[in-house]
Amino acid sequence: MEMLWQPWKVSVLAWLLAITLVLLEAFVGCGPAANQPANPGTPKKQVIRIVSSLPRQGSARGQTDTIVNGIKLALEEVDYKVGDFTIDYLDLDDSTAAQAQWTAEQETANADKAKGDPDCMVYIGTYNSGAAKVSMPILNQAGLLMISPANTWPGLTKPGLGDPGEPDVYIPTGKKNFTRVVPADDLQGTLAAQWAKEMGVKSVYIIDDTEVYGKGIASVFADYCPEIDLKVVGRQSIDAKSQEFKSLMTTVKSKNPDLVYFGGTTQTKAGQLVKDMIAVGLDAKFMAPDGCFENAFIESAGAENLNGRAYITFGGLPPEELSGVGKAFVQNYEKNYGAAPEAYAIYGYECGRVAIEAIKKAGKKDREAIVDAAFAIKDFDGALGKWSFDENGDTSTTTISGNTVEDGKFKFVKKLGTK
Amino acid sequence: MGFLLAALDVPPSSLELFAQYCIEGLTFGALIALIALGYTMVYGIIGLINFAHGDLFMLGSFLALAVASAMATAMGDSTASVFITLFAATICSAAFCASLNVAVDQIVYRPLRNAPKLAPLVSAIGVSFVFMNVGQIYGGVADVNFGASRFISEANLLEQFGVQNVRFTAKNLLVFGVTIPILLGLTFLVKRTKLGKSMRATEQNAIAAQLMGINVNFVIAATFAIGGALAGVASVVYGISINTIGYQMGFQNGLYAFTAAVLGGIGKLPGAVLGGLIIGLVRSLGSAYVGEMWTSALIFAILIVLLVFRPSGLLGSTAGDKV
Repeated sequence: MEMLWQPWKVSVLAWLLAITLVLLEAFVGCGPAANQPANPGTPKKQVIRIVSSLPRQGSARGQTDTIVNGIKLALEEVDYKVGDFTIDYLDLDDSTAAQAQWTAEQETANADKAKGDPDCMVYIGTYNSGAAKVSMPILNQAGLLMISPANTWPGLTKPGLGDPGEPDVYIPTGKKNFTRVVPADDLQGTLAAQWAKEMGVKSVYIIDDTEVYGKGIASVFADYCPEIDLKVVGRQSIDAKSQEFKSLMTTVKSKNPDLVYFGGTTQTKAGQLVKDMIAVGLDAKFMAPDGCFENAFIESAGAENLNGRAYITFGGLPPEELSGVGKAFVQNYEKNYGAAPEAYAIYGYECGRVAIEAIKKAGKKDREAIVDAAFAIKDFDGALGKWSFDENGDTSTTTISGNTVEDGKFKFVKKLGTK
Repeated sequence: MGFLLAALDVPPSSLELFAQYCIEGLTFGALIALIALGYTMVYGIIGLINFAHGDLFMLGSFLALAVASAMATAMGDSTASVFITLFAATICSAAFCASLNVAVDQIVYRPLRNAPKLAPLVSAIGVSFVFMNVGQIYGGVADVNFGASRFISEANLLEQFGVQNVRFTAKNLLVFGVTIPILLGLTFLVKRTKLGKSMRATEQNAIAAQLMGINVNFVIAATFAIGGALAGVASVVYGISINTIGYQMGFQNGLYAFTAAVLGGIGKLPGAVLGGLIIGLVRSLGSAYVGEMWTSALIFAILIVLLVFRPSGLLGSTAGDKV
């Protein structure tokens, strides 16, 4: 009996040894780390981490790939160095494979991760306004600078334009930390309605996807219609999990509108709505906001269904219409990645540059100083021309473009709000 | 010209609108019924809720699109070539889904034939995830356009009869023209043929059937083959009618189809069709008179209420010993 080799005894011993080693390691490792603040004068280069939180799976991926590339381009321009600091960039995902779009759980996890990381100084995100609602209060308590490349729901920053209580609910500490480099929907929605009016549209049926962004911009559009004498003949919300909307489109057709306005995105079935308009024989125009300004929209709707029918607004200019810093960015992008950027890439780039500028101005690794420096940005030589942040953290840029789709490609029509 | 006439004419009356909602609802319902038949076939014989059926249908639709696109570019757009293209896509997709379904049965479900009922059920959910991921890798995450306008016209067939305000297109006709014959064919197969008799015997008591000289494994394989082929046929009809496919369509439509099968009495062929049509009608009329965003809630509310009063479904037998 005693001659037998007893492997479990060996493994218990091995376990004990392993645990001891790990504990030892932890104590030894902790020692110097705990001492570090005692000698701040060490000349060692410090790391500042910039994270981004974007839906990296699902059909928004085409957009977020180019946003991340834009951020990287901005950081490469300064060789990942600002003053005495080395920049470390971390690309986080707020979507899951199962949902194929952002989830509140994932966004919360990302915000908590950034909050708890002492090196993290800037949070670039989010892509969806609904996700921003989730992470803003968390990051506000952390005093961490947020720069969004794509959130357009007005309520995130603008008092009186969102739901009751907004934006104060996102600022529990009372000190603002959220900025965005993209114009909000109060502008996009009203200019879209105006554009429709200019095209000779007299009546409109409004549909939204019940999400923060989609419902928000649809409401802005709807509220502005009476002011310019555009008749709203009906309004409904859709369940974006539905497979088809022929019954809804039958209802829409019975009201005989000139235009169907959809507050929603490619991910919330914009393409299917267009197809079902055609399927029920409704010969009206279709207009949607920038959530559909991506190639995935054309692919899902089918290029043949969009000619002379689809009108897409976008808060900014399409890549080929840019000039100055923006034009240089597009050229640089194509050189580096061998493909044209999607519409939001430029805002990724802009976020990266704003982050660098804020860190540079602050000159120290301190969240509060960096937030203050970002809010103080004035007359920034940005990719869309000179702009400033206002006291709410909104950009002063007011460029909104109108686009159509021709033979499977977006075609720039005009800068909205101009004659 | 037709549009011009419609624009000049009076707007549709509420009765005409109601008819239109019914047509759209019944069409969608028939599509769901087609998928539900696949669920109910397999359940009826071996008592397995094959959760992978919806995702099998999704894989079939990607294959159908690939075949149809390749042939459409090669053959042009004459009526005959479109017919051949669709026929070929249907055959390919049906054959593919049937073989895949049989293979899954042999590899995954057969070793679990005598295991507790939950084991194959959980395996079916697993297979469903595998299929979904294969679909995502192959087809990508974004919705894919089927391009139905290459194959079928959106013109209103009723216009020839002077009806302007009610639309019934070739797409609607196609869905009914496939679902109804399939239901009749399947019923005939189960009720009148030798294979059908073996199926019913296997359902009642597999061991006794085996003792009577019935090759139970063959019968089950045949059931899976028929169920798979149904998914293949449904995938083409769905692609043409809805015009959008994507890796998640299997889950959502599978859920509706499963609901339809349960509503009608799972295991009963006419029950699946009845359940599908009811779901389609509730969806459509709910969208029209309650609101589009409430349609799913309405369907499942009706399911819950019905199951409280008739646990075995509308056409189900009252024995109700299965799940």
